[in-house]
Amino acid sequence: MTNLIEVRSVSKAFGGVIANKDISIDVPEGQITGLIGPNGSGKTTLFNSIVGYHPIDEGSIKFKGEEISTYRVPQIARLGMLRTFQQTRIYGAMNCIENMLISVPHRNATFSDMFKPYPAEMYDRAEELLEFVGLYQKRKLHSGDLSFGQQKLLEFAMALMNQPEVLLLDEPTAGINPTLINGLIDRLKRANTDFGITMFVIEHNMRVIMNLADSIYCLAHGELLASGAPEEVQNNQSVIDAYLGAH
Amino acid sequence: MMAVAEKSVEQDEVGKPTARRNYTANDIMMFGAIVLFGILGPILFPNYTFQIAVLWLMVLFAQTWDVMGGQMGYNSLGNIFFFGAGMYICTVTQIGLFTDVGAYTSSTDQGNFNFTPDQYYIGVAVGLVFAAIGSALLAVALGWIVFGLRGPYFAIGTLGIALAAGELIGAWEWVGGGGGIPIPVYPGSGDGKSFFYYVLCFASAIATFLFLKWLYSTRFGLAINAIRDDEEKAEAMGVHTLRHKTVAWAISAFFLGIAGGLFGNMTGFIEPLEVAFPTITFGIFMVAMALLGGKGTIWGPVLGAIVFHIVKEATWTYFLGWQWIALGVIIIINIVFFQQGIVGWLQEKYPHWFGIEVEGASK
Repeated sequence: MTNLIEVRSVSKAFGGVIANKDISIDVPEGQITGLIGPNGSGKTTLFNSIVGYHPIDEGSIKFKGEEISTYRVPQIARLGMLRTFQQTRIYGAMNCIENMLISVPHRNATFSDMFKPYPAEMYDRAEELLEFVGLYQKRKLHSGDLSFGQQKLLEFAMALMNQPEVLLLDEPTAGINPTLINGLIDRLKRANTDFGITMFVIEHNMRVIMNLADSIYCLAHGELLASGAPEEVQNNQSVIDAYLGAH
Repeated sequence: MMAVAEKSVEQDEVGKPTARRNYTANDIMMFGAIVLFGILGPILFPNYTFQIAVLWLMVLFAQTWDVMGGQMGYNSLGNIFFFGAGMYICTVTQIGLFTDVGAYTSSTDQGNFNFTPDQYYIGVAVGLVFAAIGSALLAVALGWIVFGLRGPYFAIGTLGIALAAGELIGAWEWVGGGGGIPIPVYPGSGDGKSFFYYVLCFASAIATFLFLKWLYSTRFGLAINAIRDDEEKAEAMGVHTLRHKTVAWAISAFFLGIAGGLFGNMTGFIEPLEVAFPTITFGIFMVAMALLGGKGTIWGPVLGAIVFHIVKEATWTYFLGWQWIALGVIIIINIVFFQQGIVGWLQEKYPHWFGIEVEGASK
């Protein structure tokens, strides 16, 4: 099994605050890898480092064997690695279909592609994916008028529209009604199995991440605390201490 | 009228592309009304041919400003730079094709040079092409510098470019410096000249409209809207943001360059501060007109420019001395009470006219 993402000894500090220290993580192809840790433990910083949002201080980040730690955000996105945001981000003044269409892969977009219309297949695919996340009825509404949970689903559908190889999800279930969470877990799993998308997921909801992930990494205070299968991590004493605040 | 609009939304179900990107019945009616006025205007009001020609330039200004300010969310206060650049490029081309520019601009009798009619028309044609292309290239070059700026910094940065350009041209003797350049004289009657430039101004405004209407229907339209709504998200989704921003500005500059070349020839004399780079008149008007009509809409800038220009000309004619106050009042009412502008307000009130669906709306 090959690793799509290989993070090696990555460190990142903001002034005196060390957000990530000597972190090494593997995200194997075809699997769902979880990333947990208390608030402020450096999870989102690690995500931002991987997707090129800011430069890292030390270490190496490889995507399919290619060193990407010096690449910028859009370049990395075009390689096939996409992230969603903790604070959901969609294009609020555009309707759902338009949000989907602009999310098509830009991997091989040439200059003249900018001035082409969208072919009918892309509309079909946009509608299929909106159906997949249960937003088909809302497809012509301004996405800014949707509820937070619906926007989250839309953002997920947009990510699928982009046909990434790996998807980095930052708290996909945060702010979502508990009854909808099961449906979302189901869809995440189907995106993984049916569409073959590798996932790397930050999640606070233990029930969700234990159910979803094949393996889990736990961060605390910017350092890697534990890793392994969900049950191992769940029963690891230092993980329990970190969450409950013991020292 | 509403029934027709409804129908076009229904057709959209079949034709896939979203309604606001097709020509609706309302669009065609509006467009027809404008073309009709464009043709009849100078016939019915021959004394106002020059003013109506300027109206079409105003429509062009507002439309080109809106490409960036409305559709892409980048509020440029310096787009007038491309107007002035186009004006100077066009003029220098018109002169330089046939005689020495330095000699022409430095002497009081234009180097004792007279243009034949053929030379005049060739000069204008080539000059306008160069003005358009040259301005677009300048936008590409400047884009590399200013697109690192966001929000108010972008606005002030672009304003700085326009102000600096006026000063720099003023110090450049080869193009006449602060003293300006008299434009080659039109080989014909005054009425002939008014008509000639009227047709060109009208055609430019219509061409701009048709081009932008098409442009917004392509992927480009969605991409710049995405940049407006959330540029960071667009980057994270792999959109070539810099490429789109640069092209958007170059398109604005292309049409503004033509407008500049035309306006220079219409006034007959160009100089840097008042005519070529008038940041506090045309430069601000283009922003005010787009906001008044409704930024980010296809008709907003057109309607805004028409209303603004009519009020401006009416107060100039009938309430001289109050004209700036009238314009100030319009801008204040616009900004304080209805920021969405005329068309933006209509879209909120009657979304179905525009093929926009709203939660819970009866269908």
